[in-house]
Amino acid sequence: MEATTVWFVVIAFLWTGYFFLEGFDFGVGVLLPVLGRGDTERRVLLNAIGPVWDGNEVWFIVAGAGTFAAFPDWYATLFSGFYLPLLAILLALIVRGVALEYRGKRDEPHWRRRWDRAIFGGSLVPAFVWGVVFANLSRGVPLDARHEYVGTLADLLNPYALLGGLTTLTLFVLHGAVFLALKTAGDVRARAVRIARAAVVAAIVVGGAFLLITQVQHGKPVTWATVAVAAAGLAGAAVAVVRGRDGWAFVGTGTAIVFAVVTLFTALFPDVMPSTIAAANSLTTTNAASSPYTLKIMTIAAVAFTPLVVLYQGWTYWVFRRRIHASHIPQPVPEPAKDPEPAR
Amino acid sequence: MNPLDIARWQFGITTVYHFLFVPLTIGLSALVAGLQTAWVRTGNTGHLRATKFWGKLLLINFAMGIVTGIVQEFQFGMNWSAYSRFVGDVFGAPLALEGLLAFFLESTFLGLWIFGWDRLPKKIHLACIWIVSVGTLLSAYFILAANSWMQHPVGYHLDPATGRARLTDFWAVLTNSTMLVAFPHTITAAFVTAGLFMVGISAWHLARRRHVEVFRPSLKIALAVTLIASLGVAVTGDLQGKVMTKQQPMKMAAAEALYKTERPASFSLVTVGTLDGRKEVFSVKVPRVLSFLATGHFDGKVDGINDVQAAEQAKYGAGDYRPVVPVTYWNFRIMAGIGFLTAFLALLGLWLMRRGRLPRNRWVWRAGVLSLVLPFVGNSAGWIFTEMGRQPWSVYGVLKTSASVSPGVSATSMLISVLALTTLYAVLIVIETGLMLRYVKAGPPSEEDVAPPPPGDDSSAEPSLTFAY
Repeated sequence: MEATTVWFVVIAFLWTGYFFLEGFDFGVGVLLPVLGRGDTERRVLLNAIGPVWDGNEVWFIVAGAGTFAAFPDWYATLFSGFYLPLLAILLALIVRGVALEYRGKRDEPHWRRRWDRAIFGGSLVPAFVWGVVFANLSRGVPLDARHEYVGTLADLLNPYALLGGLTTLTLFVLHGAVFLALKTAGDVRARAVRIARAAVVAAIVVGGAFLLITQVQHGKPVTWATVAVAAAGLAGAAVAVVRGRDGWAFVGTGTAIVFAVVTLFTALFPDVMPSTIAAANSLTTTNAASSPYTLKIMTIAAVAFTPLVVLYQGWTYWVFRRRIHASHIPQPVPEPAKDPEPAR
Repeated sequence: MNPLDIARWQFGITTVYHFLFVPLTIGLSALVAGLQTAWVRTGNTGHLRATKFWGKLLLINFAMGIVTGIVQEFQFGMNWSAYSRFVGDVFGAPLALEGLLAFFLESTFLGLWIFGWDRLPKKIHLACIWIVSVGTLLSAYFILAANSWMQHPVGYHLDPATGRARLTDFWAVLTNSTMLVAFPHTITAAFVTAGLFMVGISAWHLARRRHVEVFRPSLKIALAVTLIASLGVAVTGDLQGKVMTKQQPMKMAAAEALYKTERPASFSLVTVGTLDGRKEVFSVKVPRVLSFLATGHFDGKVDGINDVQAAEQAKYGAGDYRPVVPVTYWNFRIMAGIGFLTAFLALLGLWLMRRGRLPRNRWVWRAGVLSLVLPFVGNSAGWIFTEMGRQPWSVYGVLKTSASVSPGVSATSMLISVLALTTLYAVLIVIETGLMLRYVKAGPPSEEDVAPPPPGDDSSAEPSLTFAY
């Protein structure tokens, strides 16, 4: 395989890992106001993702930085072209990250309520906008001969892309509900299962429509297979949710997300950003790539360190494998005194 | 405003802001790891209480460093797409390695450390915070390798077909002479930052004679760290000055507002220039000192701004190669002045605390509390100096900042971005500072809080989490 193809696969792998992992913690964030009745229950939800969400988010950072190193033109065009949508994602991730860390640091209802809203919004926005961004990648965008994006924001908000946004949103909400069914116990779990039943129907309708349109308009013969696996994942998830098999349901939603992303990237190859103006303007794995020397160095680093990362991240999930129940949530730490008595 | 100016303002604002949190994270994670090690080895609960107290403040700070770092990773593509296309082959690799090697380590093991108090064996839990600390150092290494390449590009050639930089020797990028002095300078400065942060907060409690058993040891450790690190900052800063004189003569001249070449050159205590920063009006100088700082000899030649300008015009063609001199001149002075002041304060503090003493004079403690501000100002001044001193270049001698900006992004989009980020950052710093103050005032957990639960307790039910969001 050529080095540029290898790196296309690596980048696709990083994005796939990102959506598989952060997909469920976005879903948990969106479900926070729905599933968490009262502060203790909301803390059950948040503690289910507490030790892992930040590590999940790094997959995005590394996917972005890896694109910068391996395909500088792709990185440059993607981030300058999709400027405002990506700005929205960055702002949301900033707010969300601070909210997750700071929410529990004060035991006051209004403080926590505000951060709850921030976690909800900070999860909802990227869960939707990522779908818009990736749908536009597969659809193609207006690029001129210098590979600069020459469209407007409105061009990015086309119906197909908005359907893509709804697809990631529903898939992530489903993935999050199934994750909570697997990771919690008690009332929260019962509610998560009920939500999952509804969400799986929505995901089949919305996601099915999106994948079918993608296949018909942008697909290749081989992507019929990946679409079929994604669909089977969703169908399997539906069966497992109904039968109360939490682990299998999570495997199902995970498979659906992984193969939906694989479908998009396989359909894209060898383009990385097709131009709707002229095929000659498209960015491809060849014309967007770094030099063979840079790709070689990056390949060595990726081969040496990616397995290690997967290993220790996997270990984290093992350490925190226990289901969380409302009774595990400790009483709030006594509030730090506002104005301690002067003792001199 | 044109897109270039907006993009530059955004880069300046977001980078200085990000770097308020980064050095504290680097220094404090190592100090917390040290305190926890002391607890694990001695079983002294005073160390555990200190670990928990400083650890909380570390986490409040860490969160801000992480989220503001996301912007840093992506604004190259958003605002500086021409730069990204030009340098990606060289510059992208250290960034990707930073993510792969450092960010994964930091975020994963920080999660394990935060939530793992009751889930992991003591020593493995301790290893987690050390791994986080190593992660922060690795991250600093790669990002400084990337920045040093902008200061002093090595290990590349310009592709004649595309006109872009192509990596030819990655090892040269990782061992760039600029990096070898910038890395220890930045890391020692990070330890000064963490040291004075601990000094300031310990002083606040000790002035009130509260939690003396926790804060007295913390203060002594912090003063010692500050002193050693300050000396490190001075030595590496001196080395950096000499490297900079060779590699970026304009930056050295601009640091000193030295307009005409001198041999020997005098060090400026105060130089007042014309309003446009192009000519000297008045100055107070110490003879020969600049020669020594720049070259290592008391009679060395130091090139002046006007002569470097002429030389660079001859080399790179017509144009203005002078940075904004008042900015470089004053930031250089703030940075270096604070560097010396921190060493002096740490020495003074250690002397005042010698052999179990706890000073009574209120002003001593006030000075201690106020010293907390110094490293944050000094760090910012240092980066403003080194980045502004490189102008008009984004990659010195190779690519100008004006040619780096995204050609396809409108001023409106950029304005939305800089306003949204600045507003959000302003709100967050208020929240963060408020939370810090709250936890600072609350003090460390009591002996009872950190005592292990009595055996046999909770045997019927699963224990609740010791840490939870």
